Amino acid sequence: MITVIRYLKPYWKQLTLVSVLVLIQSISNLYLPDLNARIINEGIARGDIDLILRVGGFMLLVTLLLTACSIVAVFFTSRSSMGFGRDLRRAVFTKVQTLSLAEVNQFGAPSLITRTTNDVQQMQMAVFMGFSMMFSAPVMAVGGIIMALRQDVPLSLLIAVVVPLMAVIVWTIMRRALPLFKLQQKKIDRLNQVVREKIAGTRVIRAFVKTEHEARRFDEANRDLTDTALTIQRTVSLMMPSLMLIMNLSSAAILWFGAHRVESGGMPIGNLTAFIAYVMQILASVMMAVLMFVMIPRAVASAERIEAVLVAKPSIVDPLDPAADDQREPGSGAGSDRLRGVVEFRDVEFTYPGAEAPVLKGITFTARPGEVTAIIGSTGCGKSTLVNLVPRFYDVTGGALLIDGVDIRNMPQERVRNAVGFIPQKAFLFSGTVASNLRYGKEDATDEQLWAALELAQAKEFVSEMPGGLEAPIAQGGSNVSGGQRQRLAIARALVKQPPIYVFDDSFSALDFRTDSRLRAALRSTVTNATVFIVAQRVSTIMDADRIVVLENGMVVGIGTHDELMRGCEVYREIVHSQHAEEEIA
Amino acid sequence: MTTDKRDERPPIRRGLGFGPGGHGPGGGRPGGPMGGMIPGEKAKNFKASIRRLMGYLAPHRAALCAVITMAVTSVAFSIAGPRILGRATNLLFEGVIGKQFPPGVTMEQAEAMLRMSGRGQMADMLAGMNIVPGRGVDFAAFGRILLTMVAVYVLSAIFSWAQHYITAGVSQNTVYTLRRQVDAKLARLPLKYFDSNTRGEILSRVTNDIDNIAGTLQQSMTQLITAAVTLIGILAMMVSISPTLALLALTTLPLSVIITMSIARRSQKQFAAQWESTGKLNSHIEEMYTGHTVVKVFNGQRKAVTAFDEENSRLYAASSKAQFVSGIIMPAMHFLNNLNYVGVCVIGGLRVARGQMTLGDVQAFIQYSRQFTQPIAQTASIMNVLQSAAASAERVFELLDQPEELSDPEEPAHIERVAGRVEFRDVSFRYKEDVPLIDGLNLTAEPGQTVAIVGPTGAGKTTLVNLLMRFYEIDGGSITVDGVDIRTMSRDHLRGLFGMVLQDTWLFDGTIRENIAYGCRDGMCPPSERSIIEAARAAYVDHFVKTLPEGYDTRVGDDAASISQGQRQLLTIARAFLADPEILILDEATSSVDTRTEVLIQQAMARLMKQRTSFVIAHRLSTIRNADVIVVMNQGRIVEQGNHDQLMAARGFYYDLYNSQFSEAFDEAV
Repeated sequence: MITVIRYLKPYWKQLTLVSVLVLIQSISNLYLPDLNARIINEGIARGDIDLILRVGGFMLLVTLLLTACSIVAVFFTSRSSMGFGRDLRRAVFTKVQTLSLAEVNQFGAPSLITRTTNDVQQMQMAVFMGFSMMFSAPVMAVGGIIMALRQDVPLSLLIAVVVPLMAVIVWTIMRRALPLFKLQQKKIDRLNQVVREKIAGTRVIRAFVKTEHEARRFDEANRDLTDTALTIQRTVSLMMPSLMLIMNLSSAAILWFGAHRVESGGMPIGNLTAFIAYVMQILASVMMAVLMFVMIPRAVASAERIEAVLVAKPSIVDPLDPAADDQREPGSGAGSDRLRGVVEFRDVEFTYPGAEAPVLKGITFTARPGEVTAIIGSTGCGKSTLVNLVPRFYDVTGGALLIDGVDIRNMPQERVRNAVGFIPQKAFLFSGTVASNLRYGKEDATDEQLWAALELAQAKEFVSEMPGGLEAPIAQGGSNVSGGQRQRLAIARALVKQPPIYVFDDSFSALDFRTDSRLRAALRSTVTNATVFIVAQRVSTIMDADRIVVLENGMVVGIGTHDELMRGCEVYREIVHSQHAEEEIA
Repeated sequence: MTTDKRDERPPIRRGLGFGPGGHGPGGGRPGGPMGGMIPGEKAKNFKASIRRLMGYLAPHRAALCAVITMAVTSVAFSIAGPRILGRATNLLFEGVIGKQFPPGVTMEQAEAMLRMSGRGQMADMLAGMNIVPGRGVDFAAFGRILLTMVAVYVLSAIFSWAQHYITAGVSQNTVYTLRRQVDAKLARLPLKYFDSNTRGEILSRVTNDIDNIAGTLQQSMTQLITAAVTLIGILAMMVSISPTLALLALTTLPLSVIITMSIARRSQKQFAAQWESTGKLNSHIEEMYTGHTVVKVFNGQRKAVTAFDEENSRLYAASSKAQFVSGIIMPAMHFLNNLNYVGVCVIGGLRVARGQMTLGDVQAFIQYSRQFTQPIAQTASIMNVLQSAAASAERVFELLDQPEELSDPEEPAHIERVAGRVEFRDVSFRYKEDVPLIDGLNLTAEPGQTVAIVGPTGAGKTTLVNLLMRFYEIDGGSITVDGVDIRTMSRDHLRGLFGMVLQDTWLFDGTIRENIAYGCRDGMCPPSERSIIEAARAAYVDHFVKTLPEGYDTRVGDDAASISQGQRQLLTIARAFLADPEILILDEATSSVDTRTEVLIQQAMARLMKQRTSFVIAHRLSTIRNADVIVVMNQGRIVEQGNHDQLMAARGFYYDLYNSQFSEAFDEAV
């Protein structure tokens, strides 16, 4: 909460001004009924037309002042609350950029998105409303009470009865309604889930002739939601009428008791009118305050969710003084000299944050430029995790990972990642064009370089067929190209970068055998001096690798070429047999 | 499978405060007091959509009449309040003045006394009053007036509450019906619709749009009625109290309408800009977060922040202007109100002083004029809300108006005992009007035979499945099962003959048991526990389910991570076992399944195919080689057909495919 509030600091001058303006505004608002009372008491009751005009003119001035204050206040409130929102949003976004994979996964991307968008918006609105109302409500309430006391003290006792009564009613209704709102949200989620499942599974539902079953399922959720929504609406429908009733009944009560005071000469009649006006103002501000209190828990929840992101510590940080290795070649800038790409795993152990057991243990091997290292093993054996260590998405928890002999923890992250072309399991493209995606890693790449990369990635054909070619639009997430095409574009993107190290994290599985084999052949002949890592499911994809690392339960159970492993590695043989089954082997 | 996927994202989340779900505590529409000022997209045809939406209210005509009556009554009562209050004030004032004179004097004497003491104006004022000198406040009469007032307010509150109560029922039931209609519609839409619209797009119509309509029906309907009645009622009261003062108030009416309208128009422009920026910024955020890994590995953080900053500044500029402009409405209305107030005080005061009006009337008038501008501002914001609701309704209606699947024949053919002979005769088909895809296809699968469908990625291998299951309608020729044209059967009957295992494993949110039981066929539901376990055993599901702490009661869903991709695949096979269909459609998965599970899947599929006519989208050499017929597809068309030996001998596309895909790898392997 405090961390978030700190972002209001740059706006303290404007907000102080706003508070002062709101104060003036509230006081002038309170002053109006007083002036009205004077018109009645001194003007009308004595027939003094002069006074009526004089006080009337003064009232007009006060009104002008009031409006001017309001407009200036709104101006600064809008600017500072939206500015606050902008700064906060920027802070969250920039922070997320520095977070490592571990933290991002812990929050979850959807949750981070909501925090950056919705939660910030909630806060921004809360500040806007807060500064337009939070000050005026108490000022109006307290000021109203003071003014009411000034009109007549004994009558003011009524306020002590009405305000708590009002608070109790609101509280009773809200106490019943608030949990219902939460319940309603759950039921909305449930309904959405049913619909989402239905849309995703249309084929299955129809194939199994389950349309009626699904209709029942939907109807249940629908009925359930409707019932809850109805209960809420009916509960809340009590609120406004009862509040209005209280306000109106209090005017009646004031008149009744006030009449006796006036009759006995305890107060002038004009004060009675003013008194009613003040009580109405007090009650209105109490209502406003109550609504604010309903908003506060929401804003606090948002603030806490934002704060959690802002205070999160990235688990991977750049070294304070990067390894001396960077100065190896004097004269060249520390980050500009190209890494050769010798990757060494030295007794690497890795445990996911919060996990009990390591997913990788005792991994030792070295991959050199010009070599292809393949990693194979069953699902969950740690293949992807192993290659995720190379671009330093995670830090090893034991042993060390070295590039060109330097522990990558002693290198700036940017330098490590510049050296790695990473093609993730799920190809991810940005919205834009084919070209803007391909140039993501190397902005100055020429069109020729792009086409060359596309050709290598077996993507030239379909890109040239797309309307616009390189300038063909790519939708968010690359949803307007097929899975295989997306994967090939992602591969081309990495190729454009021409890094010394390539990591293919199971990037071939979305391709059919034919494209897969062509692509590998093309890579083999062109990418000759880079260090290549390939994670694969299919043995055929990696059979010709220089080195195959067989993983089982996070440990290396075999390293060697296909032939060596066929001879000496039981697990590898099993994998090969399972895939090529009956026909060729037998 | 899909030919022309449109790739628009679902309408980007609503601007300010319209978070996912959109229902927070506090109910109603979020976005604060300015909520109503935020425009949604404009409806293309506002009137038609609203009229059609109103049609949904028709069954609740009686309730609506009651609502309108109650709204009118409630407003009428609450409008009467200040008038009665004014009478009470008059009585009080008269009592106070009367007390100043000694009892027994007549009013004429009292007036004369005043004029003599030089207070002529006071005398004028009293002339218009009903004063009994010497008598104080008539508390009996005063009490009676107050009691009337209390009664009026209580009645007004009760009617207002009853009106809300009934409206809640009407609006919620209307929305319930609307949702049910949309759901029923989804079941009747052809698959084409689902293939050419994104999931998010369809989903947002069923959820967000209907939610939006619900909120509008609940709030705006009564508000609009109340606002109108209030405006008329107040005006009537004002005129009846004092036509002069009413005229004064009326001069501010057009002024306030003009101000509201012009500010609203200006702020709409700003809000639209804010809307656009919010959309862009949100999708940038979404993109950068979901692609975090890629951003990192390409060192794209700085680029991401730069792009973010640009849009973020634009959003700031637009939203602070929007907030400011819309924030002016309140002070402006306040100003007019106060102007009115002052005017009424002064002119009213003068008129009372001259005896042309009573104090109570002035007081009542002040109260009325304070409420006067409120309905106008309210109507302006309701119109905005209605616009956005109309846009939502339009999208929902658009869905409801989509062409449906052809209806089943009146007297559908029925196959009692299915042998499983499937024949495509001269079939032609196209997804797009002008792109013929399949022309003159002839294909026969004898009972028990296996048809393998092969081809490179994206060759359209699922097209045949779509036609067989009648997810899409063929354009020419016929498809028969045991000699019966599938178009003469009911879809349900046809689909009941088939078992389908797709690569896209679909599990719904429920237990493993429920998900397997999903396969049961008509008349055999719910399946016995034994048949579920048998199906699970046959599909190698039983074994891993037993290792789960909750066994068959483990909850799985479409996105549950509790079981692996391969296990999900096995579950769908178990489903097919339970269905025990005569004809099978299988999709051999290729991706992301570990080798051991893969072996199980293969074995389970092989077992499932035994004795059944099977159509297999094949990736495995063994399946292809053993198939009775191989259908070779490329770029959406069937290019070759025959068995392995025939096709190899033909040295065509299959020959190339086979050599490049399989032989190389396997020659090396041995």
